Amino acid sequence: MELGLWQVWDGGWISAILRGAAITVALGVTSMAFGIVIGVACGLMKWARLFPLTLVVDVYTSIVRGVPELLIIYLLFFSSVEFVAQVAAAFGYEGLAGHGYAFTIAVVAIAAISGAYSTEVVRGALAAIPAEHIEAARALGIPGRRIFRRIIAPQMLRIAVPGMNNVWQTTIKDTALVSVVGLQELMRAAFVGAGSTRHPFIFYLIAAVVYLAITLVSQGGFDWIERLLRPRTRK
Amino acid sequence: MDFELVRLAVPTLAKGLWLTAVLTVTSIVIGFNLGLALAVMRLSKNTALSSFAKSYSTVFRGTPLLVQLFLFYYGLGQLSFVRDNPMLWWIVGDGAHCAVMALALNTAAYTSEILRGGLMSIPGGLVEAAQACGMSRFLRFRRITFPLAIRQALPAYGNELVLVVKGTSLASTITVLEITGHAKRLMSQTYAILEIFAIAGVLYLLINLVLITLVRLLEAHLTRYLPR
Repeated sequence: MELGLWQVWDGGWISAILRGAAITVALGVTSMAFGIVIGVACGLMKWARLFPLTLVVDVYTSIVRGVPELLIIYLLFFSSVEFVAQVAAAFGYEGLAGHGYAFTIAVVAIAAISGAYSTEVVRGALAAIPAEHIEAARALGIPGRRIFRRIIAPQMLRIAVPGMNNVWQTTIKDTALVSVVGLQELMRAAFVGAGSTRHPFIFYLIAAVVYLAITLVSQGGFDWIERLLRPRTRK
Repeated sequence: MDFELVRLAVPTLAKGLWLTAVLTVTSIVIGFNLGLALAVMRLSKNTALSSFAKSYSTVFRGTPLLVQLFLFYYGLGQLSFVRDNPMLWWIVGDGAHCAVMALALNTAAYTSEILRGGLMSIPGGLVEAAQACGMSRFLRFRRITFPLAIRQALPAYGNELVLVVKGTSLASTITVLEITGHAKRLMSQTYAILEIFAIAGVLYLLINLVLITLVRLLEAHLTRYLPR
């Protein structure tokens, strides 16, 4: 068969692709989790205008959002690969620098990218909270930390969900880029399969379908979260 | 900073700058027109047209650009009817042509969503008034609907342009030597990772700065009736 569907089935590629998909999702979720932490911290700094920190955050977000993701991945990977290999070798783990290392550096890269976009989402969400709410809370004498916990954080969370959905969708798609530095995720599994069976069309098509399934399922998940957080007016 | 190295890297990366600019402009021109057509289709009452446009944008926005690029470059090249058709082979057989196609089809999906928002924001009364003046469907679109929609959609479209510029870097994965392609090559030759990243990064930031300024100027031009 010209397309090579049989080779995909017979060569055990289905399980390789599923394993790759699992790594893709794990990578996406881990990076997004770190990205949200970065985003909330940096978004708060920008919103509160803590002078020198705001400047640092501004530089970080402008560089990451203006430079291609692929270039950032190359920077982080190439600048660390020598160093990590040497350290691993010094401790007698020549081969070990491969797998765990690729995943770690991939998380660092994707989290840095996703964090920059999350920062803007969080800042926007904070700016959308009516200032009167905070004023009212202050007037009632509620301490600052509790104002954040009871008034700012819940509203920020709700307003930020659609923006975070967008960030998540781009994050999961950005994970495909780390295949260029050799992490065995979904895209890499398709690449290897395409190379060794010489049937690239079917392998990349399968990869596209799996990515589409991931993004569609998570879209459904975000719709559900949005419904859950929608404010209920009292009857 | 090693200045000898900078003297070597700047001209090489500047060569890539030209190709990056060509890739960007070509895919934006094709992608915008395609996106406009898709947005109009999406809003048409014909269910076949609108559901085609909807699934197009779902598929292209739901999969990574890198997968689309590899599917077109490596995948389509494998199919015999593509190989036998000289027109299709002209597109798929060359890395840069293929990158433009993938980028244009990809940005068309995002552009269609942005323009759809703009088209939907137009007050119905304006269109009715134009109808009452006896304007034809096409004239109405050209004089009323489109200019207003584009004004509404311009800020979001500016973001999309930046994404296209960044997307061109993926062409380096299919052997096209634009900025990122040259940068990667220099990084593995010289090991001066940070310097080369800095130069390449500045070039991308410059392109984006120029694009954003153009969009801002256009926006100011289109909203010049507003009091400042």
